[in-house]
Amino acid sequence: MSTIFVLVAKRLGLGLVTMIVISVLIFVGVEALPGDLATAILGQEATPETVAAFRRELKLDLPPHVRYFAWLGDFLRGDLGTSLSNKRPVAEMIVWRFSNTIFLAAAAAVIAVPVSIILGILAALYRNSLFDRTVSMATLSTISFPEFFIAYILIALLSVQLVIFPSISNINDQMSFWQKIHAIVLPCLTLTMIVVAHMMRQTRAAIINILASPFIEMARLKGIKRMRVIILHAFPNALSPVINVVTINLAFLVVGVVIVEVVFVYPGLGQLFVDSVAARDIPVVQASGLIFAAVYLGLNLLADVLSIITNPRLRNPK
Amino acid sequence: MAFFKLLRQSPLSARIGLAMILINVFAAIFTPYIAPFTETEVVGDVWLPMSKDHLLGTDHIGRDMFTRMLYGARNTIAIAFVTTMISFVVGIVCGFFAATIGGWTDQILSRIVDIMMAIPILIFALMVLSVVGTSITAMILVIALLDSTRVYRLSRAVAMDIEVMEYVEAARLRGEKIWWLMRHEILPNAMPPLVAEFGLRFCFVFLFIAALSFLGLGIQPPTADWGGMVRENSGAITFGIFIPLWPAGAIAFLTVGVNLIVDWFLHIASGLKD
Repeated sequence: MSTIFVLVAKRLGLGLVTMIVISVLIFVGVEALPGDLATAILGQEATPETVAAFRRELKLDLPPHVRYFAWLGDFLRGDLGTSLSNKRPVAEMIVWRFSNTIFLAAAAAVIAVPVSIILGILAALYRNSLFDRTVSMATLSTISFPEFFIAYILIALLSVQLVIFPSISNINDQMSFWQKIHAIVLPCLTLTMIVVAHMMRQTRAAIINILASPFIEMARLKGIKRMRVIILHAFPNALSPVINVVTINLAFLVVGVVIVEVVFVYPGLGQLFVDSVAARDIPVVQASGLIFAAVYLGLNLLADVLSIITNPRLRNPK
Repeated sequence: MAFFKLLRQSPLSARIGLAMILINVFAAIFTPYIAPFTETEVVGDVWLPMSKDHLLGTDHIGRDMFTRMLYGARNTIAIAFVTTMISFVVGIVCGFFAATIGGWTDQILSRIVDIMMAIPILIFALMVLSVVGTSITAMILVIALLDSTRVYRLSRAVAMDIEVMEYVEAARLRGEKIWWLMRHEILPNAMPPLVAEFGLRFCFVFLFIAALSFLGLGIQPPTADWGGMVRENSGAITFGIFIPLWPAGAIAFLTVGVNLIVDWFLHIASGLKD
């Protein structure tokens, strides 16, 4: 038990170090700007006085390490700075949008996880059958398609031809839960299709890997029924790789959300991120970038920790 | 000649893949001769339907869609190809260096790559582009650098295995320099996995550039590129005009083609015979 604890603690420590390095990178990125942020944003026509005032406002006149710790301290206290484009506090802009992004990603995950695990297991069991080949072809093409291609095909079919779902997923707090669900059906379906493709292929590979191991062959040779072999022998061993696949794909989902949000004009963090990059609103970009990176890193960390806990072999590394 | 022999034994899927790639390459190379109009010429009304004059109709400001598709093929494929090449040169050189020298060089390079790979590429690229501004050069360099971390991982792992072989040892004892070792001993033996990876990375880079252009942060108008053309014409779809599906479908078409070839190549490289 204690070895697991040490392993998990080590992994979490490594995650924390990575997160700190990433925050430094995000901060230093702005420093690397030719000239500095003030001249870059204000442009060529800016007078020296406006540049100086702007530099004071962004505290660019202090040394870098002082600014980094001030920035990080504010960030941890929930003060993410002020947006350059509309002067509103970044935290206020982000909270609502981030909850929308989580809502969309969670809805997609609720459908995608069971569907891909079941499809993956079936494809592994009946491998090289017609079913397996069809599913493999379908997922291979989904992986090759750009996200927006899938999105626009869905819009063309379900929103324009058969007018069932809206092509623009505008949601607000006045809407009831089911109204919101109706609004996000298409982005949710797009995300589901992308994630299912990856998740299903990896689940299939993981299960095939286990079905090929000697203890399964032994169980078969003993004459145990197929279903019993799968449920009692294969499944417990498949749990660890499958949990790993699911968590890593959830991390993937959080990033995939950016493009899907833009297609459906969904008021999420991804849309805000992209708009801020175009407007070069650095404080918003830094904050949303850090949040996306943290969620991604956190889920990957969770995948590692879960696989350490569920896999006995990892408990005793060489 | 060996290539044609290989091709004769290839499965149907690989031939389809090759045909799909050749169509794109042909369109990209001979664009000015095939295209009925020039890249930015306004030739008619907005979003005209398909007709004999305008094979795929016209776009959101009345440019010929077929012409734009051809120029789009040229720009998008060329930029993706250049980006992947840079990514491979940087990734392979660093990866081989890390594997042959080892020690601190390897440690430092690998830790940097670990950190860079901990952030999703899209998030990283968006943050960098917000600082350096959006231009084609910036985009190519940013994507190439981020993508080279993946190439580094693979080429380092492959080179590690080759580096311990007797023939490399022999060359070392002969007194060959590191650069010579990398070029004459490691590179030729590392080719098969690297070529397959090139196909996969090209697909990734190609989709990624299309995605950035679609977000309005990649190739800027009026230059024709497929991702940007989807964005420009996206408004049409709510009127029941499916014009953005052309460039989006073209992106999917090329990626599927490359993937089919990569699958076939991996199959041969792994030594599997049906």
